Amino acid sequence: MPGCQSRQVASSQLMGTVLSIVLYFSAVIFVVGLLRRIVRYASIPAPLKIPTTPAPTTRRGVALRLAREVVLFESLFKASKWTWLFGWLFHFGLLLSLLAHLRFFVDPVWWWVAFVSRFSPYAGMLMFLGLSGLLLRRFMVDRVRYISAPSDFLMLLFLMAIAGTGLLMRYGFRADIVELKVFAMGLKYFDFASLAFHPVLLLHLLLVAVLLLIFPFSKLLHVPGLFFSPSRYQVDNPREKRHLSRRSNDGVRTQGVEHPERDSA
Amino acid sequence: MPKPEDIDIPKLGDFLVTPAVSPDSMAHSQPYVANADHQNALGFPGELVDNWHDVAIAKLGELTSKSRGLQVYLDSCVKCGACTDKCHYFLGTGDPKNMPVARQDLLRKVYRRYFTLPGKYFPKLVGAEDLTEEVLDEWYKYYHQCSQCRRCSVYCPYGIDTSEVSMAAREIMASVGKGQKYCNEIINKVHTIGNNLGLPEPALADTLQGLEEDVLEDDGVAVKFPLDVKGADVLLVTPSADFFAEPHIDGLIGYAKVFHQAGISWTVSSYASEAANFGLFIGSYDNMQKMALRIREAALELGVKRIVFGECGHAWRVGYSFLDTLAGPFDFLDGDYPVPQHIVEVTHELIQQKRIKLDPEANNDKRVTFHDSCNVARASRMGTESGGQLVLPREVIKACCNHFFDMPENTIGEATFCCGGGGGLLTDDLVELRIKGALPRMQALKELDDQHQITHMAAICAICKSQFSKVLPYYGFQMDQVISVHQLVGDALVMSSGEI
Repeated sequence: MPGCQSRQVASSQLMGTVLSIVLYFSAVIFVVGLLRRIVRYASIPAPLKIPTTPAPTTRRGVALRLAREVVLFESLFKASKWTWLFGWLFHFGLLLSLLAHLRFFVDPVWWWVAFVSRFSPYAGMLMFLGLSGLLLRRFMVDRVRYISAPSDFLMLLFLMAIAGTGLLMRYGFRADIVELKVFAMGLKYFDFASLAFHPVLLLHLLLVAVLLLIFPFSKLLHVPGLFFSPSRYQVDNPREKRHLSRRSNDGVRTQGVEHPERDSA
Repeated sequence: MPKPEDIDIPKLGDFLVTPAVSPDSMAHSQPYVANADHQNALGFPGELVDNWHDVAIAKLGELTSKSRGLQVYLDSCVKCGACTDKCHYFLGTGDPKNMPVARQDLLRKVYRRYFTLPGKYFPKLVGAEDLTEEVLDEWYKYYHQCSQCRRCSVYCPYGIDTSEVSMAAREIMASVGKGQKYCNEIINKVHTIGNNLGLPEPALADTLQGLEEDVLEDDGVAVKFPLDVKGADVLLVTPSADFFAEPHIDGLIGYAKVFHQAGISWTVSSYASEAANFGLFIGSYDNMQKMALRIREAALELGVKRIVFGECGHAWRVGYSFLDTLAGPFDFLDGDYPVPQHIVEVTHELIQQKRIKLDPEANNDKRVTFHDSCNVARASRMGTESGGQLVLPREVIKACCNHFFDMPENTIGEATFCCGGGGGLLTDDLVELRIKGALPRMQALKELDDQHQITHMAAICAICKSQFSKVLPYYGFQMDQVISVHQLVGDALVMSSGEI
C-alpha cells in the first residue's frame, strides 16, 4: 500500500531528524562541558609541589608515568587485582568498541578500523564482563558497598545497557547497517538522514546521548582529571627548579621574597 | 575521652587482617577544640561564627579555586574502592569513615551539593548532602583521624591525595572558628618563640651546653653544639624534640658528631629552632609560609652557606618540596649544595667520600629494622635519584650496623604505614586513635621480629619516635626499641681523639 509506505518513510525521516538533534545536543553539551572543565583545571594554580613520591625527576619520566596509568592502570594494579582486572577489561573493551564504531563514520573504511571491527562483538563482551565484575564487587565487598551512592550502581548498569543493546543488535535484533551508516555519515555533514524505527538501536543511541550529557557533570570527569592530578603529573624537582604558582597570597611578605607568579610543572 | 586502660587494644595475629566495616566505631574520637586566643593569633575567628555555614561554603569555593589538586580530587573519584583497605586508621579501627574515599566523601558530598549540577538537583542520587552541624561535627572527628600520610594516594588510579582534602577541611573548620587546639597552640609557639616546645633562647643554650658536657664525659671528645654562631657553614634546622626528648636527643648527638668529625662548622638558630611546620597539618598556606620564612631570615642573619634539616618527616616534606616556593629564592647560599639538605644526605655523602669512618661492630648488640616515615617516603626525595629517600637511610644504617633487616615489602618504601601519630594527631586527647592506628606497623614489626629477633626500629622522624615510644608497649614491645638513625651513626662513628 503506497500510503502506508509513505507514512513509514515520513516517520523514518522524523525519527532520523529527532535523533540527530538529540545527538547533536548531547555532543555539544559533552564538548562544551568537558572543555569548560579542562579550562578550569588548567587555570587553577597548583600552589605547591605534591607529586606522590618516588616520582619521576624529568618531564619525560612523568609522561611515562602518566602513560602507564592510562594504559596499564599501574596504581590500581598495586591496589587491588580484581578491581584492576575488571576495570581494565571494561576500559579495553570500551576502547575497542569506540574504534570499531568509526566504521560508521568513514567511507571507505580504513583498513585498521575494518580490522578492529572484526573484534567488535568480543569488545562488547569484554565491556559487559568487566562491568559485571565491578558491579558484583560493589555489592559483595562491604567496604565498597558502604561508599557506593545510587549513582555508582546506576552508572555501571547504564554502561552495561549500552554494551548490552550493542550486543543484542549483533545477535538477534539486527539493525539495517547500510541505513545506519548513511545516518551516521549524515551526522558528519549536518544532513539529517532517515532512520527506521528499531527499538534496540533507538535505546542504544539514546543511552549514548545521555552518557554524553552526564559526562561533564559526573565522576566520568576522572578521564581529564588524571592528567591534572598534581600527585601524578608533577615532576619531582623542587630543589632543582623553583616551583612558582599564581596562588594569590596577601599574607606574609619579607624583603627579598619574590611573589610567586607563574606555574611551572 | 577513653583512658588507655579502657581502650580495647588490637591484638597482633599472624598477619594483617582487613577488618569488616564497623560503622561509627571511632565516632567518639576527636581532639580538643582550639581556644579563642590560639585561633585569633593565627588569623582565625575565636569561636564558631554565627554564619558558619555560609562562611564554610564560601571557603570551600575559594579553596577549590586556589588548589588544582583539591578541585581535581573532588571531581575525579569513581568510588572504585582501591583505597578502602589502605589506611592504617581503617585497618586499626574498622570505622568505615576512616577509609580514604569515605573520609574524602565527607567533604565531597558537600562539594557536590553546592557546586555541581547533579548535586543541586538530584542530591540523593549522587550522595550529595547539605552542610549541617552534624556534618561539621563529622568533619571535625574524621579529618582529625587522618595523618596526611598519603598512602592512599599511592594506590588511587588518579592519585587522589586524601591529605589535600583533609588539609582543606581543617582550613575550612579553622576559618569558621573550629580549629584544633594541639596544632594551633604549637603554631603560636613557633610564631612567638621559634619552636614547637616554646623553648626560649636561654633554655636552648643551656640544653646545648649540657649536651657538650655529656658527650665530653661519655666519649672524651669536645663535640660542640653551637647556637646562633654567625658565619657557620651550616644552619641546622631540626625538630625541637631533638633538644630534649628520648630517643630524639641521641640523634642530635649523632648529627653533632658527624659535623665534628667531618670538620663542618654548623649552628642552630634560636630564632628558627624548629624544623616541623604544623602549618601543613592545618592546611594553612599563610601560616606555613610565615614559619618557613623564619628559616630564611635565620640563614640570612647568621650568614650561613647551607641549610640542613634534621630527622623529621613532615618537616622534610615542607623543607624539600615547599621551602624554595614558600621562602625562596635561596641564591645567597652556596650553590654547590641543594637547598635544603637532609642530614642523612650529608652523612651519606661523607661516608661515600670516606671523610668519616664508621665501625659497625659498635652496634653489634643491635638487630635493626627501619621504619620509612610516611612523608619522607611519599612526599620528598633524598639524593639525586628518584626513590633516594628509601635508599639513602638504609645505606647509612647498613654502614653503621651489621644486622639489618627490612619489614615485609608491602609495609615499607612507598607502601610504608604511618606510625599512627602524624599530621597533627600526636596529642594525648587522641591516644586511642594513635594506639589503634599503629596496628599495621606493629604487625609488620612483629612478623619481622618473629623471624629475626629485632631489637631496634630506627626512625627518621620526631613524630614517629615520640609515637612509637608511646605505643610500642601496648603491643608487647619496649618503648626504647625505637631509636634515631643518627644514634646508630653516632655510636658507630670513629672519633678522632685529637684536634680536627
